[in-house]
Amino acid sequence: MTVGIVMLVHTALDRAAQVARHWSRAGCPVVIHVDKAVPRSEFDRFASDLSDVSDLSFAPRYRCEWGSWGIVAATQGASEIMLDRFKHVRHVYLASGACLPLRPVAELVAYLDDHPQTDFIESASLATVLWPVGGLDHERFTLRFPFSWRKHRYIFDKYVDFQRRINFRRRIPDGLSPHLGSQWWCLTRQTLSAILQDPARKTYDRYFRRVWIPDESYFQTLARRYSVKLESRSLTLSKFDFQGRPHIFYDDHLRLLKRSECFVARKIWPRADRLYESFLSDSADALNTTEPDLNKVDRLFYKATQRRIKGRPGLYMQSRFPRGGYGNAGTAAKYSVFEGFADLFQDFDDWLFNATGTKPHGHLFGPDRVEFAGGKTIVEGALTDSAALRDANPRAFLTNLIWNTRGERQCFQFGPADNQRISKTIAHDPNAQISVISGAWAIPLFRSNLNFSEIRKQVTRLQKIEAEHLAVLRSSKANARIRIWTLSEFIESPIGLMQPIIDEMCQNPARRLAEAPRMVDLTGFGQFLQNLNNQGVQPYLMGDFCSEAALIDDPAVAQKPYLVR
Amino acid sequence: MTQLAQHDLWTGYKLRWKRRRLLFRAFRKRRQLEPVIDRTGSIPSDGILVFTTVRNEALRLPFFLDHYRRLGVTQFLIVDNGSTDGTKELLADQPDVSLWHTSYSYRLSRFGLDWLTWLMIRHGHDHWCLTVDADEILIYPHWETRPLPALTEWLDECDTRSFAAMMIDMYPKGPVNAQRYEAGQDPFDVLEWFDRGNYRIQMQDPLKNLWIQGGVRARMFFGDRPERSPTMNKTPLVRWDRRYAYLNSTHALLPRRLNEVYAEQEKLSGLLLHTKFLDTIVEKSKEEKHRKEHFNNSSLYDSYYDALMTAPELWCERSTRYLGWRQMESLGLMSRGNWI
Repeated sequence: MTVGIVMLVHTALDRAAQVARHWSRAGCPVVIHVDKAVPRSEFDRFASDLSDVSDLSFAPRYRCEWGSWGIVAATQGASEIMLDRFKHVRHVYLASGACLPLRPVAELVAYLDDHPQTDFIESASLATVLWPVGGLDHERFTLRFPFSWRKHRYIFDKYVDFQRRINFRRRIPDGLSPHLGSQWWCLTRQTLSAILQDPARKTYDRYFRRVWIPDESYFQTLARRYSVKLESRSLTLSKFDFQGRPHIFYDDHLRLLKRSECFVARKIWPRADRLYESFLSDSADALNTTEPDLNKVDRLFYKATQRRIKGRPGLYMQSRFPRGGYGNAGTAAKYSVFEGFADLFQDFDDWLFNATGTKPHGHLFGPDRVEFAGGKTIVEGALTDSAALRDANPRAFLTNLIWNTRGERQCFQFGPADNQRISKTIAHDPNAQISVISGAWAIPLFRSNLNFSEIRKQVTRLQKIEAEHLAVLRSSKANARIRIWTLSEFIESPIGLMQPIIDEMCQNPARRLAEAPRMVDLTGFGQFLQNLNNQGVQPYLMGDFCSEAALIDDPAVAQKPYLVR
Repeated sequence: MTQLAQHDLWTGYKLRWKRRRLLFRAFRKRRQLEPVIDRTGSIPSDGILVFTTVRNEALRLPFFLDHYRRLGVTQFLIVDNGSTDGTKELLADQPDVSLWHTSYSYRLSRFGLDWLTWLMIRHGHDHWCLTVDADEILIYPHWETRPLPALTEWLDECDTRSFAAMMIDMYPKGPVNAQRYEAGQDPFDVLEWFDRGNYRIQMQDPLKNLWIQGGVRARMFFGDRPERSPTMNKTPLVRWDRRYAYLNSTHALLPRRLNEVYAEQEKLSGLLLHTKFLDTIVEKSKEEKHRKEHFNNSSLYDSYYDALMTAPELWCERSTRYLGWRQMESLGLMSRGNWI
């Protein structure tokens, strides 16, 4: 008993001939169908080239357009010849010209001998499949599709719409329950002949002629009627991308294909010389009886599909440029923004490094230069501290920095004196953790040696900028993890308020903060604010400071953070 | 109809006329080209063609030709703009080069584009055409095992007519003129380094192309005026139609749908490794500063040429060493998309 190969061929005839010879050398009869679109002269050359091959026939030629009935008609014709002419064939294997046997044919024959009554055809009931592309699943079977999807897409779509509108429904012939699956199957003589010689075949053919993509449903549906033992999987490894196009195998897939232990794979790039050479050489190894193992292949293709439909989060490059439409804009990793902390605490950077192990940057968006951690002038990815280059596109600067330093959490200071064009970007970015002590920027002014009129001017300007920034943080579009306190709120209980921030930043939280960073001396700050007030500038972002109040760090009166989320 | 859609239609209409003007301009300049050797008759119908304008590139061309031959290019269509270093003789001897000569102005020909547009109208229709300079080496995912026909067939399969490959400036460690490059040598033995993560991107209306600036030239020479830093995005590989036109080097094309080489998610793309910074750059800068043929307002770039003439060191401690396409892919400079 042996297996007969039905081959559907439409391009790369030389490769098809090579594979046909391979099958035949191993004693498998071959019936070849050549697409009618192939010019007569080319077909003649192909046929005469193969004339010396024994047990090889050609089937009557049909035009095989994608998704049309022609492919089924061609398969039927070729299968009939196969069953008629080669009586010793027990299994018929449907393959294409771009299929390549990966294991010695003898192993396939032995495998089928072990499963003499099994039909290998992927066949899933309509309710459970998910793959059809284009939004047509059950409608494949209940509408009519007389127009070509490839050539006349517009009419195709319009006609589908029209049928939907008038509620048109075809009746599925009695006894059929639609199943779908890969076009490439391997059926037993019994099942295949039962399908081809069914008294009701005319009815079924007439019905399937107007089903969309019948080559994925005709045999898949009918095999269910007659099969004694059906295994719903294809022996041919073939993968499709998310738009339903077959993936192509190249020379560099050699190892992957070898390890898959599949019997046949498609589609092979016709010029993949190395694949054809190594798989079509007759090896005399001992018969290998392992089952095909698709896990590795599946994983690889799943990853590729994910990359194409999602992309790498946080990456902006020449062929990936999310504009926020699919929720995949943003940065590559989590980072923290601290506003006002460095003004309130003398040694905030060192303290944060001790508490979390991350080296915080200074004001990355500072007006004169980019204040990288440790005073560096250049960091990962050759990002420089030039404020001009950064300001040419602050958003790109940030996304680049986060992308370049993946795996290493970034923290930086931000304040109203910095470039505010980044404000919306960080506020909308779910990866950002923004903690604000509003009004803390007044502390350096309070401690400065400036003339009071100058201080007044600065306070007015910075307060306006920060108020706008806070409005962005509080808007409904803000997706970041945002905490805002006024200065007076915050100094009531700094440790209690900072604990959750640090917990979020660390991989392994539960570490209690032992010591607070050293706060600058705020004695007289209340009076300073009062003076501003007296001179007509109302400082409102700092919260309430009584001019004489003593500032005591008292954890007993810890306030809940004001959390915007 | 909304105002926006109306505006877009109007823009589309204006761009259509712009494209026609460019094509007509190329038509008018056709007589500036004088054939040296024309082998275009032997181009097969599915041949992949390289179009380029050169001037004194005898040093780079041997590797350039080898690289693209290895990728499966069928023929090179080259315009020689008055070379004096034997470039013309070198090219005329190659079996797969068709060569034209001109001594008209490179700048006034839109930096050679008018000439190439004409050649593409004549010979590029319905071919995959690769428009690159002699100092641009194309790589893409799997390029070592999958020649260009594999790529173009895949793009055809995906109904894609244009392919993005942005430029990456490659540079040596040490002063740019410290290591000598010999003709035919792999330039990346010398130019081993690049900047991996300082490119900034914005979308440009009305052409809808991405405008990418950055890399070592922006870092070194344009830190004080970033808007002048060179444009890095390119779309060099296109299934050409005689009605297409490059607008501004190969940075953008008309019709504008060809500029949509990017997606919200991630598409297949490649890179043009730029071999500008070989040791000859110092001499060339002197010459180009004087010739003023490379920029429309060349005097703005005097300080750039001046800096290059001092043979600066472009390398910095955060430079990345080039290890091959897999590295470029994982750094996110190019992408496999779903071509695996």
